[in-house]
Amino acid sequence: MTLALSIDNLRKTYGNGFEALKGISLEVKQGDFFALLGPNGAGKSTTLGIVSSLVNKSGGKVSVFGHDLDSELTRAKLCLGVVPQEFNFNPFEKVFDIVVTQAGYYGIGRKRASERAEFYLRKLGLWEKRNERARMLSGGMKRRLMIARALVHDPKMLILDEPTAGVDIELRRSMWEFLREINAAGTTIILTTHYLEEAESLCRNIAIIDHGQIIQNSTMKALLAKLNMETFVLDLDRDIDASPVLDGYGVRLVDTHTLEVDVEKSKGLNPIFAQLSALGYSVASMRNKANRLEELFVSLVDKNL
Amino acid sequence: MNSQLLLTAFWTIVVKEVRRFTRIWAQTLLPPAITMTLYFIIFGNLIGSRIGEMGGFNYMEYIVPGLIMMSVITNSYGNVVSSFFGTKFQHNIEELLVAPVPNWVILAGYVIGGMARGLAVGLIVTVLSLFFTNLQIHHLGVTISIVLLTSIVFALGGFINAVFANTFDDISIIPTFVLTPLTYLGGVFYSIQLLPEFWQGVSQLNPILYMVNTFRYGILGVSDINVGFAFTMILVFIAVLAGFSLHLLNIGKGIRS
Repeated sequence: MTLALSIDNLRKTYGNGFEALKGISLEVKQGDFFALLGPNGAGKSTTLGIVSSLVNKSGGKVSVFGHDLDSELTRAKLCLGVVPQEFNFNPFEKVFDIVVTQAGYYGIGRKRASERAEFYLRKLGLWEKRNERARMLSGGMKRRLMIARALVHDPKMLILDEPTAGVDIELRRSMWEFLREINAAGTTIILTTHYLEEAESLCRNIAIIDHGQIIQNSTMKALLAKLNMETFVLDLDRDIDASPVLDGYGVRLVDTHTLEVDVEKSKGLNPIFAQLSALGYSVASMRNKANRLEELFVSLVDKNL
Repeated sequence: MNSQLLLTAFWTIVVKEVRRFTRIWAQTLLPPAITMTLYFIIFGNLIGSRIGEMGGFNYMEYIVPGLIMMSVITNSYGNVVSSFFGTKFQHNIEELLVAPVPNWVILAGYVIGGMARGLAVGLIVTVLSLFFTNLQIHHLGVTISIVLLTSIVFALGGFINAVFANTFDDISIIPTFVLTPLTYLGGVFYSIQLLPEFWQGVSQLNPILYMVNTFRYGILGVSDINVGFAFTMILVFIAVLAGFSLHLLNIGKGIRS
């Protein structure tokens, strides 16, 4: 299968001597939904900055859909759409003009650019705001504007650097749906996020970067399979005064009728129900506490300290 | 990108630049119109009528070419320095950096944008000057070519200033402490023949003197300098400044970490 992104021994040392990337190598397959995770300052944005031509590399090779950034930069850029972490549009320009102008930079004429801008602004719920100055938009709308701008030239690969930062949960979920839709239509997506639930929900493959090095690179499924412990949230049928003792399980009282129970994979859930029943409680509802990835992420990064 | 795509990208930058300065016309087009009208009234009419002739022309006629050129210089420079620095400051330069636009197209787009404002203001000042004097163009080719070339030089200068600028102060230092004194001492208001020989020599080190005088030659047919030398010097300036600007873009100075 064609590689959407190939990074080989990529290094970056900033002018102040800080070594942000210490020779990372990474491959993202065409059509993938790929998560690049890491703590603040780990090197995620530097990596994506180099791929997007916003940061000069110190060494190594990067190619986008087989186009080397050193020898075929223009072709590589045509394949890429970039949604950066910070708002980087002119806040005094109109929403519609921002998207149409970006299309113009890709050589798309005004008429076709206007049609595409309308399509993506409608798709992202910004059409009604098309004549507003960008600074008048809410934070969530500004994020969607950057997505519309990045997609206007129909790139084969979309890079999203924390696209849902500061976006409320309802909007975040609608953006997830949109991203799933364009990924299903064939666009390769590379995502960085601090919402690990987001990466777990959307991405099929994952790399974790820390201190400028890749410390984990696998499928999401394989990574989550490493998790030995899961946490379940149990809602009881009546109030409970104190955390009950359940043999073989760690239990925490969340509120007067909610417990969190840590369950090792080997043990199963039935003994929990049995022991609670013996204490006179029934489980009214139960859910897996999300952020399984978060637990793994913290343990991997802690190990790397 | 093929030539049609390059042309679209180039035109997009130019349109964006023109839209920017026309949207804020009260900051870009109106002030020079007011300032130059005041110059015409005060220096040309009130004081000029007591000065008498200069270079064989009445004082108003003599200073009009200089004032038009001064407007072109300051506005060509000012447009690019403020626009490109603003683009850097707001990070929307990234819109161009991620796109497949060659650096020479970016530079050409900004330079043409700067020229558009410089020439628009030059035209406004020229029209205003017609209320005060009767302009007869001595040599149309020289007049048009010198104003275009000068506008390119200062648009490139503004670009380089913007690349090196880190703060808003940095974009006003060169116009205030270099450009304005050189323009005022560049023969806008007087002929260097009035100066002692030593200061005439010093004045000849000022490149703006050559631009103002060549433009004045184009309109009035009089000049303190050799017009052929002036064109050669300006073309060399353009080649050097354009080469340096492209080098700065290629290495990503001030725009890529």
